[in-house]
Amino acid sequence: MQSSTSLFRDAVRKRDFYAGGLMILFGLGIALKGVTYRLGTPMHMGPGFFPTSLGVLLVLIGIAIAAPAFARSAEGEQQDESILPEHPEWWAWFCILMSPILFILFGRYFGMAPGTFACVFIAALGDRNRTWKSTIILASVVTVFGVALFSYFLQVPMPVFTWGGGL
Amino acid sequence: MIHTAVSDLLYGFTVALEPHNLMWCFVGVLVGNMVGVLPGMGPLATISILLPLTFGMKAVPAILMLAGILYGGQYGGAICSILLNLPCHPPHAVTCLDGFPMTKQGRGGVALGVTVIASFIGASWGITEMIFLSPLLVRAALQFGPAEVCSLMLLGLLAGSTLARGSPLKGVAMTLLGLFLGSVGTDLETGSERFTFGMTELDDGIELIALALGLFGIAEFMSSVNQVAPINMAYTNVRLRDMRPTLADLKRAFFPMWRGTIVGSLCSLIPGTGPTIASFVAYATEKKVSKTPEKFGTGMLEGVVCPEAATHSSIQGDFIPTMSLGIPGDAVMALLLGALMIQGIVPGPQLISQHPDIFWGLVASFWIGNIILVILNVPLIGIWCKMLAIPYRFLYPSAMFFVCIGVYAANNDFFQVGEVAVLGFLGYVLLRLGFHPAPVVLGFVLGPRFEENFRRAMLISRGDFSVFVTRPISAVFVGMCLILIGAQIYVRMRGNKRGGSVEHGGHGGAQPSISPQMAPQRIPVTPAE
Repeated sequence: MQSSTSLFRDAVRKRDFYAGGLMILFGLGIALKGVTYRLGTPMHMGPGFFPTSLGVLLVLIGIAIAAPAFARSAEGEQQDESILPEHPEWWAWFCILMSPILFILFGRYFGMAPGTFACVFIAALGDRNRTWKSTIILASVVTVFGVALFSYFLQVPMPVFTWGGGL
Repeated sequence: MIHTAVSDLLYGFTVALEPHNLMWCFVGVLVGNMVGVLPGMGPLATISILLPLTFGMKAVPAILMLAGILYGGQYGGAICSILLNLPCHPPHAVTCLDGFPMTKQGRGGVALGVTVIASFIGASWGITEMIFLSPLLVRAALQFGPAEVCSLMLLGLLAGSTLARGSPLKGVAMTLLGLFLGSVGTDLETGSERFTFGMTELDDGIELIALALGLFGIAEFMSSVNQVAPINMAYTNVRLRDMRPTLADLKRAFFPMWRGTIVGSLCSLIPGTGPTIASFVAYATEKKVSKTPEKFGTGMLEGVVCPEAATHSSIQGDFIPTMSLGIPGDAVMALLLGALMIQGIVPGPQLISQHPDIFWGLVASFWIGNIILVILNVPLIGIWCKMLAIPYRFLYPSAMFFVCIGVYAANNDFFQVGEVAVLGFLGYVLLRLGFHPAPVVLGFVLGPRFEENFRRAMLISRGDFSVFVTRPISAVFVGMCLILIGAQIYVRMRGNKRGGSVEHGGHGGAQPSISPQMAPQRIPVTPAE
């Protein structure tokens, strides 16, 4: 027989423990914030009724997802289900997430062309087989075609070049 | 009835053949096909990335173009899976089983050629179904009160989240999350702001395009970056004359094509069973019917034709509930419906009568688009094959730009670009935890209407929850929901041997466990035993 602590230790290794946990957290957050809006009665529902019920349901589903993680694994099957992939790509993930952020910064303060260049450049840096040259060429090519398509052809109202945020 | 159908269809052709509309339909098919060919670009990503291009258009050309992107992308994906063994989209997972062995035998061109024909037949059948079934459904749906609409949506949401793929519980969790995200912003009835945390940019709610691009764009790039194995280009040199099937090939493919078409259209009638399930069931059926089932997996033409016909016929079938009831069966349809809503069109049973140009134009454009697809793919196959060689490291950074500018163009506001980054991060975390984000979009698109009808139903019933089971039509839908849940529990209890293996079979509860739509290498496909 396993003690409750080792059961918990097993569960922490399971992916579904985190999956369910995250849903419970979301559900709790939604429900707790939801009750601060007026709930109303079933006949005259307030704005809080629907989200709060969603939150409560999400907590229940979260519990159901996490529950199997606490079940004893059969035949000493110790599956270590890491939530990280085999080769975590921290740098590439960082680059991809930075891409929209740089687009916002450069796009806002310097215009569409610099924004595009920065956005493509940083994203391309994430690949392991990149070279500086290929990255710069790619970013330049996308900038030229992108600005042509979106600024001139589709008329997206964003200045191609600007200084200090005219928006 | 046939008479009105024909005259409506003729009207549709006049709409679809207007030069302006025809041009955008052509552009949609071309671009969809082009992007769909690229390894690692499934229809969901393709449609989300190209959705912003339609913002400036009128409703009719916009929807024609998006539909064109959908089936163009679908066919492009088939090229990718047959020649490279990379299923970019789950339905193609079974196409690979026999398609790639055919390619290795030097018959990849024939497989592609016959696939064009099979897709066309499957799609034509689906379109015919749409012409005759949609008006019937509309007639029924116009009788629905809020309670019926509400239970029908519940059925759609439940089917969409539990039958799609992966764990049904996680699917339901994703739907709930989507419903919640849909409720962010100003409450329609009371005008109070919900979950905006003081950000005025969120008053209008979360932008659909930001959600779609975050979940199907950024999250997918994060999971595919540096994971895509070098592509084996050995077999991609397909020329036009390789594509011409012999008479014997056509004879061999004829019956499987029709069987696939029928399977696909049957699957599309069950809410929530999209093209993925249709293609798996079609493959299994074909194997059962075949005189030489042991040869499947070694390059049987039947194994390529049947699932492809099924996929296309079920995609067209999926348009029926989407357009006539306003209830999409999967995330792709939800996106299309969302695009219509961006255009200011209210989905629902009144759509066909209020916007006949959209509905009948769409129906007619399906045919035109599929013919364009055939014409395009025959001569352009060489170019498509060259495009397969574009490495992922050029692809995803360029796509990131389309994501950013697309989201910006939705509102001309940088706030949404920040939204897409946050949602992309969330989407990747969810992917890693084994959630499939597709139902989020389904819940998101239906959420506000679901809440509205729910509130209205409760108001009419004076706060009595039993209204959903005492009204007969609504009771039927609720009953179907219960059957669905019961079936899920039954399948769970019976088949506790859940592993990576794909469960083939004719029963509706079978869920092919296919991992994220765009992580090609890691899709576990085990040939049916």
